[in-house]
Amino acid sequence: MKKRNISKNVKDNIITYGIVIVAYIVIQILISAGSLSSLMQGLLVPLCVYVILAVSLNLTVGILGELSLGHAGFMCVGAFTGAFFSRCMENVITIDLIRFILALIIGAVCAGVIGFLIGMPVLRLRGDYLAIVTLAFGEIIKNIVNVLYIGKDSRGFHFSMKDSISLGLETDGDVIINGAQGITGTPKDSNFTIGVILILITLFIVLNLIHSRDGRAIMSIRDNLIAAESIGINITKYKLMAFSISAALAGVAGVLYSHNLNSLMATPKNFGYNMSIMILVFVVLGGIGNIRGSIIAAVVLTLLPELLRGLSNYRMLIYAIVLIVMMLFNWSPKLIELRKRFSVKCLIGRSKEVQ
Amino acid sequence: MKKFKKVMSLTLVAAMTMALLAGCGGSAETAAEGETSESEAVETSVAGEGFKIGAIGPSTGGAAVYGLAVKNGAELAIKEINAAGGINGYQIEYNFQDDECDNEKSVNAYNTLKDWGMQMLVGTTTSGCCIAVAAESANDNMFQITPSGSSVDCIKGNDNVYQVCFTDPNQGIATAQYIGENAVASKVAVIYDSSDVYSSGIYEKFAAEAANQSFEIVSAEAFTADNKTDFSVQLQKAKDAGAELVFLPIYYTEASLILTQANSMGYTPKFFGCDGLDGILNVENFDASLAEGVMLLTPFAADAQDDATKSFVSAYEAAYGETPNQFAADAYDAVYIIKAAVEKSGVTPADSVSDICDKMKAAMAEISVDGLTGEAMSWDEDGAVNKAPKAMQIINGNYSLIQ
Repeated sequence: MKKRNISKNVKDNIITYGIVIVAYIVIQILISAGSLSSLMQGLLVPLCVYVILAVSLNLTVGILGELSLGHAGFMCVGAFTGAFFSRCMENVITIDLIRFILALIIGAVCAGVIGFLIGMPVLRLRGDYLAIVTLAFGEIIKNIVNVLYIGKDSRGFHFSMKDSISLGLETDGDVIINGAQGITGTPKDSNFTIGVILILITLFIVLNLIHSRDGRAIMSIRDNLIAAESIGINITKYKLMAFSISAALAGVAGVLYSHNLNSLMATPKNFGYNMSIMILVFVVLGGIGNIRGSIIAAVVLTLLPELLRGLSNYRMLIYAIVLIVMMLFNWSPKLIELRKRFSVKCLIGRSKEVQ
Repeated sequence: MKKFKKVMSLTLVAAMTMALLAGCGGSAETAAEGETSESEAVETSVAGEGFKIGAIGPSTGGAAVYGLAVKNGAELAIKEINAAGGINGYQIEYNFQDDECDNEKSVNAYNTLKDWGMQMLVGTTTSGCCIAVAAESANDNMFQITPSGSSVDCIKGNDNVYQVCFTDPNQGIATAQYIGENAVASKVAVIYDSSDVYSSGIYEKFAAEAANQSFEIVSAEAFTADNKTDFSVQLQKAKDAGAELVFLPIYYTEASLILTQANSMGYTPKFFGCDGLDGILNVENFDASLAEGVMLLTPFAADAQDDATKSFVSAYEAAYGETPNQFAADAYDAVYIIKAAVEKSGVTPADSVSDICDKMKAAMAEISVDGLTGEAMSWDEDGAVNKAPKAMQIINGNYSLIQ
């Protein structure tokens, strides 16, 4: 019995990796055949970003069972630290790939550390309270970034929280983070291949964590806190572990995001709670705790508004309606019943009975 | 039963992969279709029609006012040009895409337009998006002219990007020089939006230039997009510091609140603004008499009395039922600037995007355009516009030029 279970897990994981790899190969073939539109090609890296975000948030929401609404905040930390590093090192490390890998590591570590620091006080709360506090932290991160001014000149780094004039830069100075104007001129190091590799690494980390001893401890906290505590599981440790890994992965997504665009600004649109809720929507639609579902939901919901461009003025309305319909279709009890009745599985079952 | 579950999950995955493949295949097909229609377009254009001009701006969300103004302004100009026989006999096709004022969506919109076969871009409307899109268009060597992306980063390092509006630094410097040279005031307070690129960009250059001028900045207070309804603290500080003039490098909605609140606390300094203040007289529930005496540097005023503005405003009102703002005027000018550059360079729709851009770049250095937002506009190699700023003052509920 035990052996069967393990092999099922392995098979399940292979399918998840397989989907990503097959999708990658297909898209590469389409690109080399020249039949992928530039819109689609432009969307590939953002798709990777959202997939990583959805998978990483699923770790907090699905596996740890805590509702976090501050995920975009961690993405923001990763994006800004990664882009800051790349801007500073642009002329020092000239090999793009090495610089980008270092930026990814720095972004992940910074976001993970912030996740750890925020997690310590925040994870004492549960449910709605935790959601509200994480929401607040996400906003705080965004707002701090918006008043941050960092410049570099021959004398070193200058830092201010007032405006870029008070940095007192020399004439050769370069304002790297310019408050609300963010970071401009980040080198475009992201590409689809790196994005897919990062997705695979993310999946590897998350799936292995889930199926490890630590993962089972984390899930036991989700399922019954008191029982888990009574058998001696260190609640704080495992909660913090899941939360900071999730934050670090969001940081990776942020670095990927910031290196895909030339200008990076912390607006309510890209790093505010709207984004956090958007990622949560991916997770909920794909199925809480279902990693593969998160990937598919993130891809579908990111593509949808762009594919609806043909409807011009109505597209955001249609997008919202499609979202409602999809949620109902996936999660309404009546519809689940209906789907079961007409599912392929059922039909196969019936035909077998007939035989 | 377990076996069935396995089989089921496998078939489902297979189905999903198939769906994914089908999805990709579908998009590939449409893309291919797009390409064929594109090649058709090129063929037909040889026969005498079709420059494809794209435009990008926010037509949904909080900044929709600006995006829609650009959309309509450019559309109006293109209709006029088409009705008059097009550019060098070629008609213009127009396509506007929404970017929700989001950098990432803006790049998506740009890629969509590229798939459509765009040859020149009027856009984007907002500075942040413009920086992101300019990096892409520079890669493709696509001719781009932004009506209102005023940040200097939009054109920095991208020789294919031109601006219709002043850059933020130029506005800040021009304002500081105007106040200093005309001795409007000796003690100046500034209230600006630190979360807005436009506002903080102007403020920084204003403050830098102020050091060289005869006046002194006695208070500089910021607010953010999340906190823009109560300005009593900022006004009180300006009042306590004895400021005779309050400089407002912000948009008109917040400015109208500031004027109302200053009036209710009995503080009556001079107010000075930039082009964002254009439109303040039309704010709902705002007592326009409070704006009396407000001075602003703006390239366009809807109730200016010259013929070009009058005919533009009446045509715009007839077509869209509202008074145009400076964004609409900038976009309208942008299309006519493209027309002038095309006529000068003699490009045809059959040329490749990159060829068009190279020839247009050469033409931009030579042309001089009289538009709604400035007379004898000309461009440097860096893409910034040269035109004289107009200082306006609101007198008797009308904008009038200060001589």
